[in-house]
Amino acid sequence: MNSKVNHPKDRPWLMRTYSGYASAKESNLLYRSNLAKGQTGLSIAFDLPTQTGYDSDHILAKGEVGKLGVPMRTIEDMDTLFNQIPIDKMNTSMTINAPTAWLLSLYLTTAEKQGANIADLRGTTQNDILKEYLSRGTYIFPPRPSMQLTAEIIGFTVNHIPKWNPINICSYHLQESGATPVQELAFTMANAITILDIVKERGEVKKEDFPKVVGRISFFLNAGIRFVEEMCKIRAFTSMWDKICTERYGVKDPKLRRFRYGVQVNSLGLTDCQPENNIARIIYEFLAVVLGKDSRSRSVQLPAWNEALGLPRKWDQQWSLRLQQIMALETDLLEYEDIFEGSHIIEQKEKELAGAAEVELNKIMEMGGVIPALETGYMKRCLVESNAKRLREIESGDKVVVGLNKFTEAEPSLLTQGMEESFLTVDDSIADQQIELLHSFKKKRDQDKVARALEKLHTSVSNSKNIMQASRECALAGVTTGEWSDTLRKIFGEYRAPTGISGISNDRISTEEARKVNEKIRRLNTKLGRNLKILIGKPGLDGHSNGAEQIAVKAKDVGMEVVYEGIRLTPEQIAESALQEGVHVVGLSILSGSHLKLIPEVIHCMQKRGLNNIPLVLGGIIPKSDIAKMNNKIICKVYAPRDYNLNTIMDEIVDMVDKAN
Amino acid sequence: MNLNSIDTLLAEVLAGNKIAVANALNLLENIRPAKTSRIRQLIEQLSRNARPGRHLIGITGPPGVGKSTLISRLANFYRKQGRTVGIISVDPSSCRSGGALLGDRARIIHDPGDSGLFIRSMAAGKHLGGLAWRTRHCLTVFEAAYDIIIIETVGVGQSETEIAQVVDSVVFVVQPGSGDALQFMKAGIMEIPDILVINKADQKKLAAKTKIDLETVAVYSGFDESGWQSEIVMASALEGWGHDQLAQALSDHFSFLENTCLKKKRHLNRVQWILMMFKERFGMFGLETLGGESSVLKQIAGFDLTNPFYCFEKLTHEMWTLAKNV
Repeated sequence: MNSKVNHPKDRPWLMRTYSGYASAKESNLLYRSNLAKGQTGLSIAFDLPTQTGYDSDHILAKGEVGKLGVPMRTIEDMDTLFNQIPIDKMNTSMTINAPTAWLLSLYLTTAEKQGANIADLRGTTQNDILKEYLSRGTYIFPPRPSMQLTAEIIGFTVNHIPKWNPINICSYHLQESGATPVQELAFTMANAITILDIVKERGEVKKEDFPKVVGRISFFLNAGIRFVEEMCKIRAFTSMWDKICTERYGVKDPKLRRFRYGVQVNSLGLTDCQPENNIARIIYEFLAVVLGKDSRSRSVQLPAWNEALGLPRKWDQQWSLRLQQIMALETDLLEYEDIFEGSHIIEQKEKELAGAAEVELNKIMEMGGVIPALETGYMKRCLVESNAKRLREIESGDKVVVGLNKFTEAEPSLLTQGMEESFLTVDDSIADQQIELLHSFKKKRDQDKVARALEKLHTSVSNSKNIMQASRECALAGVTTGEWSDTLRKIFGEYRAPTGISGISNDRISTEEARKVNEKIRRLNTKLGRNLKILIGKPGLDGHSNGAEQIAVKAKDVGMEVVYEGIRLTPEQIAESALQEGVHVVGLSILSGSHLKLIPEVIHCMQKRGLNNIPLVLGGIIPKSDIAKMNNKIICKVYAPRDYNLNTIMDEIVDMVDKAN
Repeated sequence: MNLNSIDTLLAEVLAGNKIAVANALNLLENIRPAKTSRIRQLIEQLSRNARPGRHLIGITGPPGVGKSTLISRLANFYRKQGRTVGIISVDPSSCRSGGALLGDRARIIHDPGDSGLFIRSMAAGKHLGGLAWRTRHCLTVFEAAYDIIIIETVGVGQSETEIAQVVDSVVFVVQPGSGDALQFMKAGIMEIPDILVINKADQKKLAAKTKIDLETVAVYSGFDESGWQSEIVMASALEGWGHDQLAQALSDHFSFLENTCLKKKRHLNRVQWILMMFKERFGMFGLETLGGESSVLKQIAGFDLTNPFYCFEKLTHEMWTLAKNV
């Protein structure tokens, strides 16, 4: 039998790059140039203040404005972003979660101003809050009202923008936080069920339209280096989803039950030592999501090879795009039907994963769904435990990472020569310009109209009405992102998600090295007269807390008293906590690239309080050339992802404290 | 400003200078013998200068019932009234490594620029009973610097007994449907607290049932020896209500104490503190040499308690004298 000729060649997946930076004006120019080159879809990245519902002039926005995406505060910004770009011809993907209703309102308002009919619009809002609490950190409100907002947006788009994907449920970030394939499957399905149940319960759509709601749910997955298992995981996703749609929601049309997903492959396993090896990792991970036709992704984003070192440049991103184009256009992959069909081994692995995931899924549903499983800290604890296990395996060598814990002797990397200076940086003066722009907009708007719109928003949300109508009126009236979010903060309150570290059961000093550190700490405690106390936290709005959490767990396990402050801290908060808690050392983690702005300020705030003798330890992605710029007696050491031996880190911290006292 | 001078340190603590408060706490936590004399001086001075209207509140209950969020709202409530607040949050230590995770600070939402709010986390160390060994020492700083002092501990059972010997009012927080606390109270393992809070009472049906159960136990146990009948408060940290009723109940209890036995209670608590210091050092040997615990308590009660170290030394001296004569 000829395996190819009877079938048309499969269409390649969408190749996306995630972009947006500095300002609406700059991003608009970038989009227009990409569109001119033939790109059809837009993927918008918003800066962290926008994602967490703050205006550019808020204290927490310091150092973050325009850093990781475009600052989007008002209708004026949205108009600028789409200047000369016809929204009705675009397929726009927006990475936005807690304030989705607001950003969607701005988008629709600009579209209508351009003369578009909103019923025709196509695009995706990420709108998945669970992984924000568990991994990414850009949540604002407590879980219950947040998930209700999610449901309201789904209801609105199904009724008014039928081709819109209102939610992209992400297991991507769960894997980045250490989730096992089984946890990914179970947590993601539990998340989808909880959301669908709320939509149903609230009666957001007519009963007969409910299958359409199910059909609009899409997913965003991750693929790690164990690519055979990862492919089986995706097959398990497909079969579990089909079963849930059929059995729980009675969806008859197979098209509406299809597991629609996009992918970005894993960044967690990328290393900063011998970084050229990452290209191989990216390609193998990529295989998992394209090899089998039945489980092939609809859209793929690949990370850049040097992500673990700093913010990638255009050339680095281009390289990742080329990998995809070669796979789709040069290889014969797309000429075949599913090449794994009939493989017993693949089928069995898929069943194994789906079976185990179902057990875990049932456990979560018995707790009452993801909201209780989240609020009690259960889910976060599971992830922190898995991640701790992964790190222990790397530390012990049970899990091989080439170039990191094996084959570490290497020729100097020719690719990284001179790279330090060439990382993408965003000019800090952009923040000032953006704040000025915001203030001048606020001056010229109709203040009474703004006040009335906000009041209406308050009343409407307090009465549990669908959020979209009042939000769209706010957009038109000239309300800002911060004002919209503050109104909701007043109603729902703010939330601090469980850190997952307090319930960790693994309370043993597992290795000889750890025991040695423990003894050293006990000796130091006697010298100090108090137990060694460390403050750990994350300044700024970057919410990726996995690293900080693992350090906190380890520090406790070797015998330190750990004050874990969590995410979203201002320099004042950090210094004040260090003072009030009487700590001996402060450890801060930063991944967003805002260290040059934030760290000197932390140091200043500490000195203001007379805390001159407290060593400061940094962790995260901080280019070497920046370390010199922050040079200060207080910064004792900067750790990078390559420093995987946590015992060594702990040992060095103990020495720093010893020296400082 | 030289905070190495005890007089300056004291003056600044009384003025609510947070740098001084932090330094005083660091000193009082220090176990090095070289620090003992400064610690003595400071505690004596602080004890003489405790704020007259201060209210010491202990908040305890099993993990996960929402104590931190409740405390967060309570602190906010007091701050709005213009009263200053000091919070001590005690977490258990790992018995193997001696390490501890002090995670509550992250859950108490506060403004770092607020000069009238101070939060300190402490690890319980080897000390059983829920409090850190130096908590009593450190309390003297808070009593001199803040109007409202809240101590948060984790646990069911033993910790309430100990916290009752430290604070004026004990609040026990449960969530709807939690049977453990109820069973402990019925069995007499746990003392009936001054105020019971049913948190997460947004789960209305279950909360109502829990309330009836708790009322039964509280009524059955009747009034405590001071004549106070335990009060039950419903609250929902999630929906943001109930903390003002808790503040009211606390205020009622405090007025009740002021009119009845506040002085006596605080006196007894101080006696317990000295007994604890003595027991920590000399254990059963010490107690038996001085004729048993009740005899020691009687002796302590006869001392001037302003300086606990002075009392401790008197006991020690007497113990050695008696021991030598045996």
